[in-house]
Amino acid sequence: MSLSPYDSYRPPEEPRRTRRRKNRTPGGGAFRRGGGDGSREVAMVPEPEFTSYYGRPIVKAPPWDSKIAAYLFLGGLAGGSSVLALGGHLTGRDVLRRNGRLGALGAAGLGTIALVADLGRPERFLHMMRTFKPTSPMSLGSWLLAVFATNAGVAAAVEVDRMTGERLPLGPLRPVLRVMETPTSVGAGVLGAPLAAYTAVLLGDTSVPTWHEMHGHLPFVFVSSASLASGGLALLTTPVAETGPARVFAVAGVAGELAAMRVMKRAMDPVAAEPLEQGRPGTWLEWSERLSIAGGLGALLGGRRRWVAAASGAALMASSALTRFGVFWAGKESVKDPKYTVVPQRNRLNKRRAQGITDDSITTVA
Amino acid sequence: MTPTSAFADDTHWDHPHPRRGFFTDTSICIGCKACEVACKEWNRNPVDSDYEILGSSYDNTGGLGADTWRHVAFIEQTQDRIEEARESGRALVNLGMPRVGPPQAASTPAAGGCACGSAAPADDAAGSGCACAGPSSATTAPAAGGCGSTGGCGCSSGGAGGASAGTGEDGSPVLDTPDFRWLMSSDVCKHCTHAGCLDVCPTGALFRTEFGTVVVQEDICNGCGTCVAGCPFGVIERRDDGLVEPKTQRGAAPMPDTVKVPQDGIAQKCTLCYDRMKEDQTPACAQACPTTSIKYGERETMLESAQQRVAQLHEQGRTEARLYGANPKDGVGGTGSIFLLLDEPEVYGLPPDPRVPTADLPRMYKRAGMAVAGMLALGVAAFAAGDRA
Repeated sequence: MSLSPYDSYRPPEEPRRTRRRKNRTPGGGAFRRGGGDGSREVAMVPEPEFTSYYGRPIVKAPPWDSKIAAYLFLGGLAGGSSVLALGGHLTGRDVLRRNGRLGALGAAGLGTIALVADLGRPERFLHMMRTFKPTSPMSLGSWLLAVFATNAGVAAAVEVDRMTGERLPLGPLRPVLRVMETPTSVGAGVLGAPLAAYTAVLLGDTSVPTWHEMHGHLPFVFVSSASLASGGLALLTTPVAETGPARVFAVAGVAGELAAMRVMKRAMDPVAAEPLEQGRPGTWLEWSERLSIAGGLGALLGGRRRWVAAASGAALMASSALTRFGVFWAGKESVKDPKYTVVPQRNRLNKRRAQGITDDSITTVA
Repeated sequence: MTPTSAFADDTHWDHPHPRRGFFTDTSICIGCKACEVACKEWNRNPVDSDYEILGSSYDNTGGLGADTWRHVAFIEQTQDRIEEARESGRALVNLGMPRVGPPQAASTPAAGGCACGSAAPADDAAGSGCACAGPSSATTAPAAGGCGSTGGCGCSSGGAGGASAGTGEDGSPVLDTPDFRWLMSSDVCKHCTHAGCLDVCPTGALFRTEFGTVVVQEDICNGCGTCVAGCPFGVIERRDDGLVEPKTQRGAAPMPDTVKVPQDGIAQKCTLCYDRMKEDQTPACAQACPTTSIKYGERETMLESAQQRVAQLHEQGRTEARLYGANPKDGVGGTGSIFLLLDEPEVYGLPPDPRVPTADLPRMYKRAGMAVAGMLALGVAAFAAGDRA
């Protein structure tokens, strides 16, 4: 563009390089679309058209790191284990009960430490208990975890006392503890399931595009994942004579997770589902599926052999951890590129407009 | 004026105070960043990071965050983009988008040379409101010249000029920036009617003030970070680092840590200068704005002036103008900070169809309940079938 009449003597300038490029994705270079030198695959699906502000993110990812992803796994493991512990308690499977209770308390304890460590102000973690707020999954979850851990703690204390031959210096508290065994075991068992499921609501109730798109189906994925992880822990730690129910629990969890994951991906906006299939999260989820199938088959076919059961259990636990890490990091990835925010939102806006709903847009002309 | 009953019902907010808000008219923003500076100084926000040139026009701030509560966006556009923006704005009209209020009769444009003043609401036309009276008075400028080329005039709007100067021979509006424009927009927290951050805060640190704004209580927040993901606009953020070290005499004793690291580790965002509002003062950014691009007042008043302004711009043929956040039926129930934009929201880094995530919470709880029931049923079934397995 000229600045003064004298500029007309200048030779013509190169056209401006447009700063706001369409289809801008991190890492997407000149070779992205055309296959370039032939070393890359040509994208068969055209990239969606969208504009953004210098390719910068629109929504922000929560400042959570792998500690929270670990908690997603540990919370599920704790919840599922307490369900198995309750079943073991009620059906007289003593080792399953003991391992379930200890596993539940251990996982819940580690998970709580991870949660507190992830706070910006860890010394204020008790502020979570200031209010009870149904609109906040984090608030509900904090209460849930607190009540669950209390119940699981008492049940596990009974177990420790029994293991040490009643040598804990409990004094007059021992009869009380014994009376509390069944109620707390039931409490932890019943609260175990919501503990495994609420984290799905916690992720779904965000503006992180991939997480929010998953909100309708993620609870099913997470409870299935929790079932197979806790079943896996039981297979790993408990003699095969008592793990019959755990095998059923784990195998059903594998089937549930495979189904729920597929249904969930199909229900999502295709663009928002991309991070689940790309990059490291995509690889993790792929391996999670492989491991869960392997572990499930192992438990189903060879679950009566100790070492097959143990290997299957380890595979199932690893699978569950990979599922949580994959889902967690896919969401974090989806925030980095504005595409995942803009395109699904544009799609839903256009869909509503096509249906004749034009009165609910944030953009108006008067 | 009392808050509209819909707002009060939706937010369980029953104060006698009127709801306050901003109207940011980006068509008269000159990109001076006085709002950014005033905000930083008043709220004593730390520096964001090392100083760096981001390569995005004059924007080296990047975006809103824990330490930046006002952010001026700079967008350079060529003719095809201007046409596209104008077309998308026209499409909005053709959609039969709702008129939030009755269209106000626009005041007749002043005949003066001020390109923008005539289009600004009457109370701004005099005084500092005229931001665009640059040397480029519409048709007299050479075709290649224009607003964007004259260094001092950052007129993002160009303006249609006065009644006489703004029309070509065939009567159609002639813009003084036919082939280039510079969009500038000061972004800020939206103070939503349905605030995602407020809904998901587990500690109650975030609260709705008597002015209808959303503010963090610094001594309550434990930095869990849920609100960061809850915001559909990416406004609130956890303050993880950054030091404020106020200027002192050379050789003076260092400032105490409480001054140097204000509220480390907690979520931070625009408070709409809650402290100033309580004293009946204008928020720092609005007070510092030299062009009245940032207006502050009762939200109803802001809405009215926003509607007047957009009607005026459309009358001048500038169909790219549109409001953002003025619709109480949108995904966040309307925002306390209303914007007048000159292109699609995503061009400015704003989401095109934001929706408060908690709107889907009942469905999520229902689905989670089903999943819980399924898991417990599976547990029962597993032990029933376990002996045979």
